[in-house]
Amino acid sequence: MQSVMAVANNTFRETIRDKILYNLVFFALLLIGSSVLLGTLTIGEQARIVKDLGLAAINLVAVIIAIFLGVGLVSREIERRTIYTILARPITRIQFVLGRYIGLAGIVTVNIVIMFAMFLATIWLSGFPIHAALFQAVQLILVESLVVMAIALLFSTFSSATLSASMTIGLYIVGHLTSDLKVIAEKSASQVAKAVMTGLYYMCPNLEVLNIKGQAASGVSLAIETQVLATGYGVLYAGLLLFAACLIFQRREF
Amino acid sequence: MDAIVIEHLTKTFTPMWPWQKASTVLTDVSLRVRQGEIFGFLGHNGAGKTTTMKILLGLLRATSGKVELLGAPAGEVDAHARIGYLPESPYFYDYLTAEEFLTFYGKLAKLSAGSIRSRVPELLKRVGLDEARHRQLRKFSKGMLQRIGLAQAMVHDPELIILDEPMSGLDPMGRKEVRDLILSLRDQGKTVFFSTHILSDVEMICDSVGILARGRMLSQGRVEDLVGEQGAHSIEVVCDGVVGDEVPIVKQCALRILQKGSRCLIMLPGQEVLEEVLSAVRNAKGRLVSVVPHRGSLEEVFVEQSVQRG
Ligand SMILES: Nc1ncnc2c1ncn2[C@@H]1O[C@H](COP(=O)(O)OP(=O)(O)OP(=O)(O)O)[C@@H](O)[C@H]1O
Ligand SMILES: [Mg+2]
Repeated sequence: MQSVMAVANNTFRETIRDKILYNLVFFALLLIGSSVLLGTLTIGEQARIVKDLGLAAINLVAVIIAIFLGVGLVSREIERRTIYTILARPITRIQFVLGRYIGLAGIVTVNIVIMFAMFLATIWLSGFPIHAALFQAVQLILVESLVVMAIALLFSTFSSATLSASMTIGLYIVGHLTSDLKVIAEKSASQVAKAVMTGLYYMCPNLEVLNIKGQAASGVSLAIETQVLATGYGVLYAGLLLFAACLIFQRREF
Repeated sequence: MDAIVIEHLTKTFTPMWPWQKASTVLTDVSLRVRQGEIFGFLGHNGAGKTTTMKILLGLLRATSGKVELLGAPAGEVDAHARIGYLPESPYFYDYLTAEEFLTFYGKLAKLSAGSIRSRVPELLKRVGLDEARHRQLRKFSKGMLQRIGLAQAMVHDPELIILDEPMSGLDPMGRKEVRDLILSLRDQGKTVFFSTHILSDVEMICDSVGILARGRMLSQGRVEDLVGEQGAHSIEVVCDGVVGDEVPIVKQCALRILQKGSRCLIMLPGQEVLEEVLSAVRNAKGRLVSVVPHRGSLEEVFVEQSVQRG
């Protein structure tokens, strides 16, 4: 565990010092700021629009971090050959992968928390009400980022960073359209198409489950059971992907 | 117990796609490194030194053969607590300062916070980076990186230290310092296994050598034995008051005669003719100055064997 945390800490420090994040946080600020501007232009429903745009900005930035840092988690260490000296230490490959993942999870969490704090401040300053639903929404954004990070990590254990990023983006989009997959499966005449679509439906992550931004912006809270279920689903899915990533990484040669 | 045991090691790189050609990089490599010795692993570029070392550390898997370090099979992670490794042309986390870097590697080696605090400054001093301890590694020169790499390999005071070309990229002073460092490790009872293609380094500090060429072991053994075996056959005799060319026996036996005034240098092919030549010189009223067996250098062994079997 000590080794896992050492790797996690180092990952955290690496990202902080690489200064990639500053740009993203700046980007989030810009989005939140512009949502306030838009809110003043629109008559009525200002609160909903500001909240909707703000949550969307947080979500976007979190997912971008998750994808682009996620694909580099392991592949960058291999590319830069820093992995040689790490694996020459008394640390298993699984501990290494977990450490990298936990480190990035820390980064994503901290970023989401910072952006959310800025977001809440914006809302409060604009004099809009703050609902519990906003907290629920942002918590599920975090869970979604964990899933996306695990996807990115899994892909990057067997393909290049660029390819992994594209595949992760693809799966992210599909993950938001899974209900369409089900509809297509139900409507398709051919048995093969039906089977393929149903298979895809069950394999792809159902990321819509983790998206309650619209309803949260209107101030409608989620039932606590649904919240727990959605979180459990996301964490389990991420865990399975992480497990697969470890299995593949275990067999790799450098 | 031997520090490193490699028996019949073979490594074949299997490509990702079936239509690409597999390449066998190591063939039936066997070697032993005794505990407490400095072992030089010699070979030309592409001989397979780095591949062998990566297999030792479990970064690559052996295709077949037995590989053991400190009694544990290669790739057993727990044994790594007692092993230090410096990869070839290492590249480190350049956003860390020298001190943070060593602290991180100390933590990975499961050192306690207390021992890290005492080890790190001591090591920085030992590799001459004391002044650069708060500088980020991205601002280090190549030689400094090599030094911090060495420090990293020693941070947990390992019993066995594996160094892949530790002297590459260093100036003559730096090379000497690394040599001294390796010697001081041996004095502390450590085992050092290092690769190089520079013979003088090996000749000066190694107890044993192994020569690898195109993935096969050419020979291995004590440095004296390897050099002695090959070089003992030539002897230099220097005498005064004789003209070598005018003594028939000398002329017959010598490989080469160099005359400078009354002084004569006679190069003989081996022990067998020495007595004969010496008495001939004495009979010709010559005075013997010196008899020196001409030791072959490792370089000769290396070149000779590479040519013979390569
Ligand atoms: N991953 C790999 N896949 C295929 N071939 C490889 C791989 N790694 C190394 N090789 C080949 O193995 C051979 C030995 O390489 P290695 O790096 O072990 O040599 P070396 O003795 O360390 O050489 P140098 O002195 O240049 O460092 C080379 O021909 C190289 O092309
Ligand atoms: Mg090499």
